[in-house]
Amino acid sequence: MSSPLLSKKERMAIPRQSMPEQPAQVRNRNFSEVNLGYDAETAVLEARRCLDCPRPTCIDGCPVNIKIPDFIRLIVERNFLGAARKIKEDNLLPSVCGRVCPQEEQCEKTCILRGKFQPVSIGRLERFVADYERQNAQPEAPVLSPRNGKKIAIVGSGPSGLACASDLVQWGYDVTIFEALHEFGGVLIYGIPEFRLPKAILKYEIENLKRMGVRFEANFIVGKTMTIDELFTVAGFDAVFLGVGAGLPWFMNIPGENLMGVYSANEFLTRVNLMRAYEFPEADTPVKIGKQVVVVGGGNTAMDAVRTAKRLGADTATIVYRRSEVEMPARIEEVHHAKDEGIVFRTLTNPVEFIADEKGWVKAARCLKMELGEPGPDGRRRPIPVKGSEFDIPVDLVVMAIGNGSNPLISRTTPDLQCNKWGNIIANEKNGRTSKRGVFAGGDIVSGGATVILAMGAGRDAARSIDEFIKTGQWETESRAKPIV
Amino acid sequence: MNLIQNAEFIAPDIKRFIIEAPLIARKAQPGQFVILRVWEKGERIPITIVNGNAENGTVTLIIQGLGKTTRQMNLLKSGDYVHDIVGPLGQATHIENFGLAVCVSGGVGTAESLPIAKALKAVGNTVIAIIGAREKDLVICEVEMRAICDEVFVTTDDGSYGQPGLVTDVLKTIIAREHKPDFVLAVGPLPMMRAVSEMTRPSAIKTMVSLNSIMIDGTGMCGGCRATVGGKTVFVCVDGPEFDGHQVNFAEIAGRQRQFNEQEKISATIINTQPEKVQHQCRLSKVITETSLS
Repeated sequence: MSSPLLSKKERMAIPRQSMPEQPAQVRNRNFSEVNLGYDAETAVLEARRCLDCPRPTCIDGCPVNIKIPDFIRLIVERNFLGAARKIKEDNLLPSVCGRVCPQEEQCEKTCILRGKFQPVSIGRLERFVADYERQNAQPEAPVLSPRNGKKIAIVGSGPSGLACASDLVQWGYDVTIFEALHEFGGVLIYGIPEFRLPKAILKYEIENLKRMGVRFEANFIVGKTMTIDELFTVAGFDAVFLGVGAGLPWFMNIPGENLMGVYSANEFLTRVNLMRAYEFPEADTPVKIGKQVVVVGGGNTAMDAVRTAKRLGADTATIVYRRSEVEMPARIEEVHHAKDEGIVFRTLTNPVEFIADEKGWVKAARCLKMELGEPGPDGRRRPIPVKGSEFDIPVDLVVMAIGNGSNPLISRTTPDLQCNKWGNIIANEKNGRTSKRGVFAGGDIVSGGATVILAMGAGRDAARSIDEFIKTGQWETESRAKPIV
Repeated sequence: MNLIQNAEFIAPDIKRFIIEAPLIARKAQPGQFVILRVWEKGERIPITIVNGNAENGTVTLIIQGLGKTTRQMNLLKSGDYVHDIVGPLGQATHIENFGLAVCVSGGVGTAESLPIAKALKAVGNTVIAIIGAREKDLVICEVEMRAICDEVFVTTDDGSYGQPGLVTDVLKTIIAREHKPDFVLAVGPLPMMRAVSEMTRPSAIKTMVSLNSIMIDGTGMCGGCRATVGGKTVFVCVDGPEFDGHQVNFAEIAGRQRQFNEQEKISATIINTQPEKVQHQCRLSKVITETSLS
């Protein structure tokens, strides 16, 4: 029982607690976090809404099966640190996932209250206890197993790598994370903006891992600075985990895409987030400040880019998406936030060409209206162009946010590492084992662009399998990679 | 943080750095580049590797102070530190025995063509170098080129040294010889590389140019360096930096390189009006390194 004092009926009578946030017209001019977080009283009240079902369905909705009713019960008991620890049994970075997970598609989708009532705000509660822990707990010296002298290389410091490193260092491994950029965190640092995931949170988590003994090597590109083979033969690692993400931006291959003023979302967001272009000229890296900005795409990255453009000073910042709003892959909260902040949504619209001014700068996005046809293989209804519906949107900055493919840096220098036709590394779904002995992979480089929580889950699965491999030395055929088609 | 073992000007505003970077030195091949940052809030700029010395664990870079970052870099002296350096990046130059190879370079591009000329010579090519510069003082690496190549021509725009005129004037006479070049490499300013490519096109001489696009990560992640080659979009950082000059859309690249001209002017104002601020930043990063090393 989550609260002996309240009946089920009383619990169901408590309304879902809204998230306090910066006013839309204030926040769309600053980079501070939009959501301000629950206070303790609100968190307890929200936690009381949980019916503590005998057979909780929310857990199945979570990709890493966090013991959701257990941590919520601890919140009701006001044991916030206990609640944080409970989540951390299954999820290393609750402060991140509480902010960026698409809860409405996961745990909150399967909450029994969804439908007639509104689901328990599991994500907001997760965020609350993680923030509470960060602000109130003494950093504990983690209990580490005795060092076992085995060296594990982790390639990429994004979610999957951090999760993998965290488990392995606690089990006694000597863990080194290699990062190509000059700062750690992967997509969490270069991609997701400050207003959605403050950098201080990530820095705190990385400091934690450093305290636990994880080594961090920046400016080291595996595949270039050293190949995977050299990590074994020259640097003496016993196993390698590849969590390099999907970081090769896709373009539409339409005319005008290489005009001046057309960016990939990766470039636009990296300039602003990692290189701090919003501080230019205090920071050296510039970014084009668009007055009329179009962002092409409907995912979280598109929302991040369009809201960033607004904050940098755009008069009009517009999402152009070829399907309808229902099909948008972005988190619902981000779409709502974007609308509140004055972002224009042009759905069922697809660019076919970008038009240049006399100096070669983009001046218009030529678009077609679309309508939805029959569902495609992914279940989403396919957009079909409406004949003769061509029209121009005036622009001075375009950001392409239509997804990322896999980076070929590693596969080009590791011929015995099998990849599928899209360049994703082929790895066993359960344990991350690849076609190359001692090499594991997980996260977006295996699955294609997915979520932070799935990447972290893959990192932890690989950690277990690395431990098994080191202990047994076995790389048996049945656990070897099977192509995912 | 990487120690600068040695830094000296080899021409006005052109400085040669020997930088400790053992892992990069081990792997560096002709045609590859590094990305460096000068200070904490510095931009990431690609610089071609002139030489990687695996034994000493150093890389040699030659940098011309043009924008804020390169000028700030050129304020660094022997014993100072570069904030970050990462590499080696890009594809190495494809080296084979073509027969007669001509390396055309302009300005600081000569520093980049030097290791390629060396590699071409090593596999048996007859190598001709054509070095261009605005004026006598800006001719670099001539002695090193003469030590490697079978023939070396120098041209200056103002006629203060070598042959007056452009590198293409010399190239024209070489193409007119009985034995046409089998391979031409052009490294330097875009208009020069474009002119070289146009000159070799009629006789279909294989011509490679080294593109110097604006980059951030240098690993294919941002796509800022993209160019059109043979009608297809390529990423200069991972697919290049060298491409078939007859296939490159030079006009597009010229535009993309100008994208931040306005902001570059603002940055230049800072280094012009507040040089002490820039120098202070350099000293600060050095102090941090020494503290973290002790």
